[in-house]
Amino acid sequence: MKTAATLEFRHVRKEYDGAPAPAITDLSFAVGAGEICVLVGPSGSGKTTAMRLANRMLEPTSGDILLDGRSVMARKPADLRREIGYAIQQIGLFPHQTVAGNIGTVPRLLHWDRRRIEDRVFELLDLIGLPAEMARRYPAQLSGGQRQRVGVARALAADPPLLLMDEPFGAIDPINRERLQNEFLRLQARLRKTVVFVTHDIDEAIKMGDRIAILKEGGRLAQYAPPAELLMEPADRFVEDFVGADRALKRLALQRVRDIDLWKAATVRVGEPVEQARAKLAAADLDIMLLVDDAARPVGWLSETALQGERVRAELRSSAEPVVELDDILRDALADLLMAETQYGPVVDGSGAVAGVLSIEALSHALTTEPDDLPSPTELIPGEDAAG
Amino acid sequence: MSGLLVLAQIVPRNRAGHQTCVQRNGFCPRWIVDNIGNYKEPFLRHVELTVLAVAFGFAIAFALALVAHRRRWLVGPITAVTGILYTLPSLAVFFLLQPITGRGVTTALIALTAYTLLILFRNVTLGLDNVPAEIKDAARGQGFSDRQLLWRVELPLALPEIIAGLRIAATTTVGLATLAFLAGAGGLGEPLFDGGEGINFQSNVVVAGGLCVLLAIALDLLLLGVQRAASPWQRARG
Ligand SMILES: Nc1ncnc2c1ncn2[C@@H]1O[C@H](COP(=O)(O)OP(=O)(O)OP(=O)(O)O)[C@@H](O)[C@H]1O
Ligand SMILES: [Mg+2]
Repeated sequence: MKTAATLEFRHVRKEYDGAPAPAITDLSFAVGAGEICVLVGPSGSGKTTAMRLANRMLEPTSGDILLDGRSVMARKPADLRREIGYAIQQIGLFPHQTVAGNIGTVPRLLHWDRRRIEDRVFELLDLIGLPAEMARRYPAQLSGGQRQRVGVARALAADPPLLLMDEPFGAIDPINRERLQNEFLRLQARLRKTVVFVTHDIDEAIKMGDRIAILKEGGRLAQYAPPAELLMEPADRFVEDFVGADRALKRLALQRVRDIDLWKAATVRVGEPVEQARAKLAAADLDIMLLVDDAARPVGWLSETALQGERVRAELRSSAEPVVELDDILRDALADLLMAETQYGPVVDGSGAVAGVLSIEALSHALTTEPDDLPSPTELIPGEDAAG
Repeated sequence: MSGLLVLAQIVPRNRAGHQTCVQRNGFCPRWIVDNIGNYKEPFLRHVELTVLAVAFGFAIAFALALVAHRRRWLVGPITAVTGILYTLPSLAVFFLLQPITGRGVTTALIALTAYTLLILFRNVTLGLDNVPAEIKDAARGQGFSDRQLLWRVELPLALPEIIAGLRIAATTTVGLATLAFLAGAGGLGEPLFDGGEGINFQSNVVVAGGLCVLLAIALDLLLLGVQRAASPWQRARG
């Protein structure tokens, strides 16, 4: 089995018995291997229906769904489902089985031998960051967040090439939801599964999706695009409203400081000839010099009096704060600037050396121009290294 | 048990005792010690009747519940039929059956078994119905077949309700089996109403009735123990 499969919907229609209108009218889209495709849209737009068609929890009225180029209709539903991870908002852990029993569900259905199942359970517990002792607990003895993690581990147990997730973090408080989202993205950076992720929260969609499918009533695809494109060029009024009036701000969450054109700073050291310093200033984008130490780390902004002698003296006008990092998300960097009530701040690289200057002006310029290469969500997880 | 006492008044056979305590119709420990051996056989028969009736009843009710689990429309009719069997007075059943099965254990067992069906069917059905939809959905989504879903998820989760049904069935059958002697099947009803010093003799009532109560409690605790052992997850809350 491959680690990630492609998924394609071809003119899929789904009518529920007795319903006046089809839940899905004519849906076509394709998800690349290893991508997170988020289905988002208002309540009743057919997100859950679309997702459940993929593993034949529902049968399409017409059209076809291809998993790795092969019609799911040609497969036995139970066999197909064992190959597709399935995680839902209500989790549906088996209360009569321990955490280990729950995680081992699909491997048991696939008749793995005991040893292999056991190893896999502990591997997954480690992957989702739960201590190994939890293996013997029952779901009733876990917190909501822990249960949700176990639900994800269970869905991943047999290493399925496709993962279906229906509002998996919907019932979790905001702080834990964010943590779970980040954990999942970190996991995904390693696993590179194909994921269909359902949510009705556009912010979650923007955060999690490589591509977002916005559905409107009747399962009609309003737009299918990467998050930045959705925010830059909403296809119609519906998408515009759905992504919200603050879509320009939302884009800030999609880019890192390193992704935009930074200002060039005049960095000078104490004892440097003033003439040389002034030459640097002429080539810089702002008319104030940044004093750095021997390791090129920012010390502070120089005052005019520092330049009155032959050589640069350590006389500061203001401290270097806020210092932002190349890896910071633009939203956080902007917040830092606003909090410090300043128009600009030095940007440092991983070693702490100055790499440029971020200014409000540079930020607003970035927001109004098309980015050429945007990072994928797994590269935007705050805190830890994306490589996990 | 008030029904039993009413019945007891219809069949009082008070034989005069030979000891003073007995003549006084008192509570006579010595008499009990002397006569306890006479209760052994009725007691064992009582156990046999109860256990077999509940076992047969469970086998039938369980099978019916599984059939009705797939074909929901059967729940109504099965509940109606077992409901009628439940309300039929056992005495009437004994007399109705006698021309066919004669007097004896078979007749009594049929009547007692029929009596347990409603309780057991209802509890198995209830237990299966109470399994949360999201758990079944998760199981199906994971690739369980209908059969695997039933045996690995639904039935284990229904176990507490199923055993609760067995406990009610067992205790009520212990009481009802005191009438089995009327069908010629023996049991503790025999010494209680008919044997020894009769229903009006206190020591006899204490022993025969006490054995019934003990049996009911023992079966109840046994089933409770089974439930505890079979569903450790139920205690794992908190
Ligand atoms: N089993 C069903 N029978 C009949 N109609 C259904 C059934 N399930 C869903 N529908 C209808 O199909 C449409 C799409 O439902 P679906 O559950 O896919 O929406 P959704 O986008 O997941 O909504 P939500 O955000 O509320 O979960 C709705 O109009 C819903 O009422
Ligand atoms: Mg839904």
